[in-house]
Amino acid sequence: MAKQYQDLMESGVKVKLETSEKIVKAVGYIFVTFYAICCVIPFLIIVSTSFTSETVIRELGVQLFPKDFTLEGYNMVLKGGTIFQSYILTIVLTVVGTLIGLSIIAMTGYVLQRKDFEFRNAISFYIYFTSLFSAGLAPYYLLMTQTYNLKDSYFAVLLPLLMSPWLVILMKNFVKAIPHEITESGKIDGAGDMRIFVSLILPMLKPALATIGLFLALGYWNEWYQSSLFLSSKVDVKPLQYTLYEIVNKTDALKNSVAGQFVSVTDIPTESVKMANAVLATGPIVLAYPFVQRYFISGITVGAVKG
Amino acid sequence: MEQVVVKKTKNNQSFLQKVYRSRVLLLMCAPAILFFFMFSYMPLPGIWVAFVKYNYRDGIFGSKFVGLSNFEFLINSGKLFELTKNTILYNLTFIILGNLLAVFIAILLNEIRNKKFKKVSQTVMFLPYFISQVLVGILVFNMLNYDTGFVNGILSSMGMELWEPYSDPKVWPPIIVLVYLWQNTGYNSVVYFAAIMGIDAEIIEASKVDGANCFQKIRHIIIPSLKPTIVILLLFALGGIVKGNFGLFYNIIGTNSLLFPTTDIIETYVYRATMADFNFSTASAVGLYQSVIGFIIVVTVNYIVKKIEPDYSLF
Repeated sequence: MAKQYQDLMESGVKVKLETSEKIVKAVGYIFVTFYAICCVIPFLIIVSTSFTSETVIRELGVQLFPKDFTLEGYNMVLKGGTIFQSYILTIVLTVVGTLIGLSIIAMTGYVLQRKDFEFRNAISFYIYFTSLFSAGLAPYYLLMTQTYNLKDSYFAVLLPLLMSPWLVILMKNFVKAIPHEITESGKIDGAGDMRIFVSLILPMLKPALATIGLFLALGYWNEWYQSSLFLSSKVDVKPLQYTLYEIVNKTDALKNSVAGQFVSVTDIPTESVKMANAVLATGPIVLAYPFVQRYFISGITVGAVKG
Repeated sequence: MEQVVVKKTKNNQSFLQKVYRSRVLLLMCAPAILFFFMFSYMPLPGIWVAFVKYNYRDGIFGSKFVGLSNFEFLINSGKLFELTKNTILYNLTFIILGNLLAVFIAILLNEIRNKKFKKVSQTVMFLPYFISQVLVGILVFNMLNYDTGFVNGILSSMGMELWEPYSDPKVWPPIIVLVYLWQNTGYNSVVYFAAIMGIDAEIIEASKVDGANCFQKIRHIIIPSLKPTIVILLLFALGGIVKGNFGLFYNIIGTNSLLFPTTDIIETYVYRATMADFNFSTASAVGLYQSVIGFIIVVTVNYIVKKIEPDYSLF
């Protein structure tokens, strides 16, 4: 019996191991390649359409690769000029919001991880509870517009995105990895809590700041929801993604985005203008993303552990 | 009596002393406390609007109290049931298929040895997570619209009949599920991939020595070691089963009421009731119903998990 088993180990199974590995690898390469192509195709279509003339699009539909090449769409968008203002607004919101949010989240994450802080559990629960129960959209909308008077104000976009319970918990998880002795040693040297945080803890939190800063920045860059709630047509310049939303969904917005009232809608290469806008609004993210991808990955893996 | 008073002042003192002792730390998290107070706790009293017939002039607390009639209307019209059904069914499909696909891809990625291929494919699969949902809506429209869509371009070049999904509600559930998977699988597989990387390499080597083939390795080592991760992610997801993915649905379907029967979820209904109809009372009634059900589900799930496996509980 033992010999039979040994024979089996030496002959059949070894080949089987290699065949099984080959099968799994083949399936792996084929499936992953197929899936990755599916992920890229929609992007290619958008880029291709943005360089295609209106007549070709009308005739053949959107294509994976441009059948002709024209910068008509981009010319229209860039001549119109409103996209520059949207860019500047979005960059300002992203930078200001990320810096303020990150400072608050870092301080809170550190304090809530301090074992000698007596209100640690109470405040942690106070923050966590907001993710368990919320008032819903209508009371929030009424509060923002009537009590806080933030209708048509950029603060209605800036403020609500400053932080979330999830980001605070993520920061707490990062802080957890820093030994408590560091705070203790700072105390022995007579440093105050704020001083300990700024000069001892913050330098060690660089990877956490990068990760959470990027999540915040991505949130601001992709913001369209708060804008759709609070920025009415009275506001001329809106964040990029909401501008894109309006251009795609409202004919007026498309017209205004290119050259104001002097162009009639029929003269606009509608599809390529829309897609040129989409490329310009998304481009910076797609370009920056391969370089910052690893920070997001560390955020996802650290955040998957509960707080 | 005197004793009680003395005790009370003592307690008060010690509370104030506590506050004083940790005043710097309290000040450091004061901005966060203020933030959540302003944007999460301040809206809570406004829930009252669900119990009144709201009019702009009288405000939330001056409008006429109507009891539960806002809820009655929603229940009797069958609206609440339809919205809940859509929301839960979509979420269940997202959770089940999303996790299956993510685990599948993570396992396959792990078997691939070519580092460059692995890196590039991971980067590409992760990309859809980073784009705004506005762009997702545009991508879908580009693929599927009747006149210039990519799919119809292919169909017409093959001489086949053109497809008109934007007037056919039946086809949207699978489309929306596909779009969801497209956008989120790269993100979800990261967690599983990290969990596989964390498996002790010695165990896998030992299994090879014992003659286990690749399928057996996956079946008996990799999948069982992923179980805790799968359970935790499923629990997280289950807690949010009545919370819909508003951005996804709103950007794909928008205001196309023809498609509502199969694609209207709680969030999209509440959004329209608030922003298009200014019907704050109905919107708030649906929102409150959703919050309460969601809260009960999270607490129940957590209670059960705590009994079975305390390490996995959320709080």
